Amino acid sequence: MADAALLRAPSIEGEKSLSQVTHDVCASMEARPSVLWWVALGASVCLLLVGGAAIAYQIAIGVGTWGLNRTIGWGFDITNFVFWIGIGHAGTLISAILFLLRQRWRTSVNRAAEAMTIFAVMCAGIFPVIHTGRPWFAYWLFPYPNTRGSLWVNFRSPLIWDFFAISTYFTISAMFWYIGLLPDMATIRDRDTAGWRRKLAGILALGWNGSYRAWQRYEVVYLMLAGLGTPLVISVHTIVSWDFATSVLPGWHTTIFPPYFVAGAIFSGMAMVLTLMIIARRMMHLEQYITLRHIDVMCKLVIATSGIVGWAYATEFFTALYSGNPYEQFVFLNRAMGPLFWAYWTMAGCNVFIPQLLWFSRVRRTIPAVFVISLLVNVGMWFERFIIIVTSLSRDFLPANWSSYRPTSIEVATFLGTFGLFFTCFLLFCRFLPVIAVAEVKGTLHYRPGRGHDSFTPPRFPSEKRAAEPVLEDVHA
Amino acid sequence: MSQRLFIGLFDNEHDTLDAIRASRRRGFKVVDVYGPYAVHGVEEAMGLQPSRLPWVVFVMGLAAAAFKVWFEFWTTGVDWPINVGGKPFNSLPAFVPVTFEVMVLGAGITAVLAFLIVCRLRPGKKAVLPVHGVTDDRFAVVLEESDSTFDFLEVERLFREHHAVGIEEQITEGGR
Repeated sequence: MADAALLRAPSIEGEKSLSQVTHDVCASMEARPSVLWWVALGASVCLLLVGGAAIAYQIAIGVGTWGLNRTIGWGFDITNFVFWIGIGHAGTLISAILFLLRQRWRTSVNRAAEAMTIFAVMCAGIFPVIHTGRPWFAYWLFPYPNTRGSLWVNFRSPLIWDFFAISTYFTISAMFWYIGLLPDMATIRDRDTAGWRRKLAGILALGWNGSYRAWQRYEVVYLMLAGLGTPLVISVHTIVSWDFATSVLPGWHTTIFPPYFVAGAIFSGMAMVLTLMIIARRMMHLEQYITLRHIDVMCKLVIATSGIVGWAYATEFFTALYSGNPYEQFVFLNRAMGPLFWAYWTMAGCNVFIPQLLWFSRVRRTIPAVFVISLLVNVGMWFERFIIIVTSLSRDFLPANWSSYRPTSIEVATFLGTFGLFFTCFLLFCRFLPVIAVAEVKGTLHYRPGRGHDSFTPPRFPSEKRAAEPVLEDVHA
Repeated sequence: MSQRLFIGLFDNEHDTLDAIRASRRRGFKVVDVYGPYAVHGVEEAMGLQPSRLPWVVFVMGLAAAAFKVWFEFWTTGVDWPINVGGKPFNSLPAFVPVTFEVMVLGAGITAVLAFLIVCRLRPGKKAVLPVHGVTDDRFAVVLEESDSTFDFLEVERLFREHHAVGIEEQITEGGR
């Protein structure tokens, strides 16, 4: 069979049987949490509390607690918003785009990556909601019949597009994640050792019984959500970039923004997936499931997206110089050589130069090195958003308006608080839900015990339907 | 009416597929097949019709998009037109992003709800498993005694030929 030549080695290590996969993933979840987990959770909860206090304070006092001024109306808030939304994008890349591309190694990481997406979008949502100034009226963003006229929202505004994009993205990601969890919830429900998790899983499994009548529809729904999620994820960061690109500010008003933002988002998200996977495989003892090969592949994605981002930086600079527009030229020279030059070069160093180390397979296989690089990429991507937002705003057309920006302690505390929220959610997820998509990994095992067959059928997804398979006996014929 | 069911248990997907095909070839009625993960080809082997879910989702996606275009036009151009920067009241190009998002949202929610409804999945539902282990490492092929010519010995022979790891007989009241 032609497919046989294309078959790759199973994506996990060790000759696992089906029940071993169930056991390994569930056991790491059911075992007593390690010291590492408690330490990490403690630290995250502390950060979360700091953030919670900061948010309560700034809502009570007002947005005046931020370091913004009349010239610089967006600072830490929108930087952090774009940063977190971007991180979410890698989760959808892995769960939807790599599913459509039949990258079966994704099965070991997709569950955790999707969880990351959901938590990252939660963190992102906090900032614009507070930035509205009166977060208790945040529901005004929704176009509902109201007693103010009805005064409708302005559908021509990218900020409203953003509201729709982010809420759709969150909803679709959460549904995608839950549908993926269904069969695994049933697996946990039917285990003998699961204790109270059994009861929880029994409710969440919705009565799933593994019938292939349901599996058939499940696959269809999964494929459709992947098909919807792929353009969705691209639209989300495109719309985020339009928040900037539809204004006339030099440095923002440019058509390169959508692809540049999407590539940057996937870049930062892949780095965050690497960070989380390296922590999770260690903490949950899943080294045989999240293997060096997975890390290797993800590093290659980081390199590829780093290349796109680097190219975008160069294009942006070139276009500014080539445009003949002195304001545009000034903004870019100001970024690289103005008062925030250090931020610009941190960005370029972390996003363009340091990831080049990943060309070496030895670096890709050295976990501590990959871990450090993944952290640096996230630092770099945070600075990218900071540079785009703050340098463009701080020096626009009239020098009389020029200003500078420093975040206040409240803004820093809020940002740290979102890290607390993100890691608290992720650590709890590791303890309460299977980190690895059990049913999907089983599908990649090609498992068959040694009995003399020669009709070897490589398992595939139903959407590739009826392609290579010779049509077998049909009783109705 | 009570049903007499014969369940063949298998420990891998290849034997399961072979057993389903052989059962249908010999004219047995395959009531259902159970397993721990999605296996390519089972639905064809069982002779299931392709799912109609994509059509439902397509129609609902289109409906959501159409509704949203109308809604944006009505709110911005008819109900309370407001001059925003001199832009036309009916700013169709500016309506595209939100229309797209609402289309995706409508299609996605429809997909999931329709799936849950068609598969009769709901919170608190008790799962009816043919045997223990079909959500872990067992595949179960369920055959029904359809008429008096049904030969249990032949069923057993068929399952054994395909390396069944167990065979069970169950009598249920009413349908599954």
